[in-house]
Amino acid sequence: MYPENYRYTKEHEWVLAEGDTGTVGITFHAQKELGDIVYVDLPKPGTAVEQGKTIGSVESVKAVSDIYSPVSGEVVESNEELATAPEKLNEDPHGVAWLIKIRLSAPGEINNLMTAADYQAYLGE
Amino acid sequence: MPGKTRNHISQNEALLFEMSSPGKKGYQLPDLDVPVVDAAAVLGTENTREEITDFPEVSEVEVIRHFTRLSTWNYGIDLGLFPLGSCTMKYNPRVNETVARTEGLAWAHPYQPESLSQGALKIAVELEQALAEITGMDAVTLQPAAGAHGELTGVLLIRALLESRGNPRKKIIIPDSAHGTNPATAALAGYGVANLKSNDKGLVDVEALAKLVDEDTAALMVTNPNTIGVFEEDIVKVTSLMHSKGALVYMDGANMNALVGITRPGDFGIDVMHLNLHKTFSTPHGGGGPGAGAVAVKAHLEPFLPIPRVVRIGEMLRLDENRPQSIGRVRAFLGNYGVLIRALAYIMAHGGPGLRNATLDALLNANYIRKALEPYFDLPYTNPSMHECVFSDDRQAAKGVKTMDIAKRLIDYGFHPYTVAFPLIVHGALMIEPTETESKAELDAFIEAMIAIAKEVESDASFVLKAPYHTRTPRVDETTAARKPVLRWKPQPAVNKAAD
Repeated sequence: MYPENYRYTKEHEWVLAEGDTGTVGITFHAQKELGDIVYVDLPKPGTAVEQGKTIGSVESVKAVSDIYSPVSGEVVESNEELATAPEKLNEDPHGVAWLIKIRLSAPGEINNLMTAADYQAYLGE
Repeated sequence: MPGKTRNHISQNEALLFEMSSPGKKGYQLPDLDVPVVDAAAVLGTENTREEITDFPEVSEVEVIRHFTRLSTWNYGIDLGLFPLGSCTMKYNPRVNETVARTEGLAWAHPYQPESLSQGALKIAVELEQALAEITGMDAVTLQPAAGAHGELTGVLLIRALLESRGNPRKKIIIPDSAHGTNPATAALAGYGVANLKSNDKGLVDVEALAKLVDEDTAALMVTNPNTIGVFEEDIVKVTSLMHSKGALVYMDGANMNALVGITRPGDFGIDVMHLNLHKTFSTPHGGGGPGAGAVAVKAHLEPFLPIPRVVRIGEMLRLDENRPQSIGRVRAFLGNYGVLIRALAYIMAHGGPGLRNATLDALLNANYIRKALEPYFDLPYTNPSMHECVFSDDRQAAKGVKTMDIAKRLIDYGFHPYTVAFPLIVHGALMIEPTETESKAELDAFIEAMIAIAKEVESDASFVLKAPYHTRTPRVDETTAARKPVLRWKPQPAVNKAAD
């Protein structure tokens, strides 16, 4: 369910670090709790983001939830497909429905985050 | 069929556009008795047109029936219990309407001279005084148009005061149980938001707050009783702590219906707060608004209140605009004035003891519902409830039925749903606020409906999942409506009758 090479936050985001780039998304658990997602608000490329700070929001029929950045850096790409197909976030939150790609300014931050095993234990509480 | 609902005559209703028939009219004009003017020649052809495309042409009786039928589709407080938690959907007494329609008030104009507006100004002053007395505050502005507007006004007052002391500071602390408007207000007023996690009782965690508050903290925005309907028992410690750091405390007065006549925010250390006159003081609300979000302040914030202020000079009440420290106007004239008259009528009709009784009845009703439903629904926080009670759908969710499904089924039993999935600190919340309006008989009918639904969930969960059954349309597809909204009606392509 939760890829081993991803790292996870307590606010239910994931990040996959490859070189100096981090791909960010929300977890399967997050989309399940939110229910049918109808709108996603993402930062534009060029935006500076900081670990733990709000970068956007996801809206479901139930609620609007903030998305917190798992890492610091600069947004280099945001997933434009989600603007017209927010349902992808329910269908494949760990894959095609990634949210943004960040050029990492402090790659060491990854070590502050949970591993897949830690995250599943956290969910189990 | 259970409870109070019965099927009644229910016709489907076409849009007026679909009823249209060429040449039909709902009016009759007399022959022209002045010279004919060519509008195109006078105004220019770019400003005129011969006809409005597809404008509906219908008769008077068709229009009357159309809107009268539509009006019967509504559910309002005049039809039954409206247990929408946090919204205080109490009855709007008819005496309020009578008073607001008094000829001299209904036809008053904001630009008529002060000498001819003394009665209207006196109503504003008396309402300000009554609200100050009820809240234990020193001064009140009636201008804000509703609760969130009151919040913004209040936080701008905080900013103005702190600026006058040399530093507006940077952030506002907001508990995770707050109404969503609180963080929105802080952001709009230029402040960052620091989120304060509630403790295991759902209350403000004083130790966590002590760690969070610093010299950059402008204020705490707190709702009391909070959104799970529980009184913040450490509120005096909380306000003292904030004041000791030079920060202020804003109280969201949305839940003031639980406090009126019992305790006063001014006495437990609140600096500024808003009141939803359309909740606590019975003025119409929801589609029938507009609202009114009066803001009450302690003396140190008074110089910053919006202009104009109503002041007494000799025998005359006057509008004073000479307030150099004021944050300025937040609304034209004296705000939603007709609503203010209704609120004062409510306060005066009750008097002090009557307002206190209303509060006690609101608390009694909420606790009566809580006690009766506790065996059937999970109660995540068990501190004593005030004017509302919050259950979670934990037990029903185990059968696949969520709070929204229960709410949909409640419509079949003839009630407006409770508040769904708020506050966010309760997973799958059912937030129920009956207000003092309801009799024991109405509360019992509601309780009976909720218990019946809980039993349906046990015996046939899939039945509840498809509710409602007795409404004009079955359950609407909210997801597709939100993802692919159709916001404009367009005429259907003409049907080829010959081909039929």
